[in-house]
Amino acid sequence: MWRYIGRKLFVYLLTFIVAVTINWMIPRFMPGDPVRSMLSRAQVSDPEALERMTNYYNDVFGLDTPLHQQYLSFWSGLFRGDLGISTMLYPEPVLDIILRSVPYTLGLLLPAIILSWIVGNRFGAFAARSKVLDNTVLPVGYVLTATPYMWLALLLAWSLGIIAGIFPVAGGYSFSLRPEFSWLFISDLLAHWFLPFLSLFIVALGGWAIGMRNMIIYELEADYANYLQALGAPRKLIRRYAFRNAMLPQITGLAVQLGTLIAGALLTEIVFNYPGLGTLILSSLNSRDFFLLQGIFLFVVVGVLVANFIIDIVYVLIDPRTRVQMTGGSS
Amino acid sequence: MTLRVNDLKVYYQTLRGDVHALDGVTFDLADGEIMGLAGESGCGKTTLGKSLIRLDSRMRHVGGTIELDGKDVPIADDNAMVPLRYHEISLIPQYAMSALNPTRKIGRMVDELLRARGVRPADVADELRRRLELVGLDPDVLNRFPIELSGGMKQRVVMVISTLLDPSLLIADEVTSALDVSTQRAVAESMVEFRDRGYVKSMIFVTHDISLVYQMADTIMVMYAGHVVEKAPAGTVINEPRHPYTQMLIGALPEVGTTTVQGRLEGIPGTPPGLLDPPTGCRFKDRCPMAFSKCSEQPPLVEIEPGHWAACWKTG
Repeated sequence: MWRYIGRKLFVYLLTFIVAVTINWMIPRFMPGDPVRSMLSRAQVSDPEALERMTNYYNDVFGLDTPLHQQYLSFWSGLFRGDLGISTMLYPEPVLDIILRSVPYTLGLLLPAIILSWIVGNRFGAFAARSKVLDNTVLPVGYVLTATPYMWLALLLAWSLGIIAGIFPVAGGYSFSLRPEFSWLFISDLLAHWFLPFLSLFIVALGGWAIGMRNMIIYELEADYANYLQALGAPRKLIRRYAFRNAMLPQITGLAVQLGTLIAGALLTEIVFNYPGLGTLILSSLNSRDFFLLQGIFLFVVVGVLVANFIIDIVYVLIDPRTRVQMTGGSS
Repeated sequence: MTLRVNDLKVYYQTLRGDVHALDGVTFDLADGEIMGLAGESGCGKTTLGKSLIRLDSRMRHVGGTIELDGKDVPIADDNAMVPLRYHEISLIPQYAMSALNPTRKIGRMVDELLRARGVRPADVADELRRRLELVGLDPDVLNRFPIELSGGMKQRVVMVISTLLDPSLLIADEVTSALDVSTQRAVAESMVEFRDRGYVKSMIFVTHDISLVYQMADTIMVMYAGHVVEKAPAGTVINEPRHPYTQMLIGALPEVGTTTVQGRLEGIPGTPPGLLDPPTGCRFKDRCPMAFSKCSEQPPLVEIEPGHWAACWKTG
């Protein structure tokens, strides 16, 4: 077991190093010069001042050193928790900006992923029970899962936000409020949270329900289910076995889906102008803020890796077949 | 008489029409009898085995009755069959290797199954261990997952589970087909032992391996295209078969000591008729060298000597 975890950790570490390297490369090999765009914003016309400011900024961001040195100093900074200084919100450190946005994204993603997974699985298993439910739930599920995230987000914002006026359509909280621990602020936070959450939840729900429904039907046709039926076991017992066994592929599915869900969250955040990492990515892209972009990607990569690692461990705990393979059998 | 099947008809419903898999099957099974049920693929032997315990969703009971220990077996009524299943009629399925839930420890699965059937697991726990030892398994297998057992071990576990409540009738469907020859022998011997110890009263052993069934069964019933063609004590079927189909089937078996120099083994030319729209009269007539005009009428299954039944105009 520990050897297995050690091996997994090693693989994840390698993935992490490769991902961080690519992550460092992309913004640097992207067209466009961030220092120049900063200077053009400052509208300096004197060429001599321009030259001096360019040198100053290059020095501050370390952009004048050779690439390999930039790479090494990036890694050493990483271990000190120093992700550099943002050019967009100069001179705020990247880490502070990201940490400000992470709670919003996590608060949106975690409930959406977990609730849609639980509800979708229950719903799919329930749908597999009867023909009528199956014939109604399945098409709805297909439509939901094929819905683009931002389209549904727009639809919800328009219908529930603008037409019905129940929920606010933009921002993390009202501009008139100040972040504090009060009932007023928290309820406002929840009201702003609800629509982005709902759109993520609904799209993910369909996929899980369809997957579960198919898996349950497959499991109910499996040999062990037939055997139990021949021995007169009640449907309840067989369904319980089928549900548990059908969960296993769904857990793997969760690991695979995480990346997609995060991408979906980015689009949804942008539509609702939600102050999470998604909106931050868009604005840092627009202002060519390498350091910020790099830092956000780093967080996303680490998040996905950690989540996958947890799922790997959970899988070993719940599926005896992998557990037996890991430990080489109990005999 | 333990089991009395009378003119049983079970059809498969397909989009192209009914497949007459069992078209009037009649036989008796005595207390303590092990009956080998032989025939080529598609003759209806597995269908007969399944019909006695649970019809699947495509199977339809068209006619005929089944009686077990003097009581009617309501095979068309799935719910009414539940009390009989496992307690009175049990099954060792064709797929015994995959018949156990892969994510439950075997012991736990057995407990849950027993509890669901109204039996306190503690009441039969000792018996379960004793029987596992009888088939040469360590009772510790109950603490393992199915994946940790070899195919032959799983087969024996299923055998013990299926017979744990001492059923009156056990249907063993191709239980030896997936095993290697030495394990086949061991499984067949434990089946006989189970009968001798009274764990099962009587048994239907579905197989296409006639030589194996000859060694262990008391009687052999041969089926062809949904009909019973011959039923007799095992020795009689092998040594003095009367029905032309049985004769040709036995003739196709190799014997110890013969070589290809002394003559090639002959198969039976032709293929069995399709059962979607079966021919009238004797179903073997198109492949039968002895067929004559009367074969266009269906020959009845008659007792030509005590305990020996055959359905052929030539034997009557």
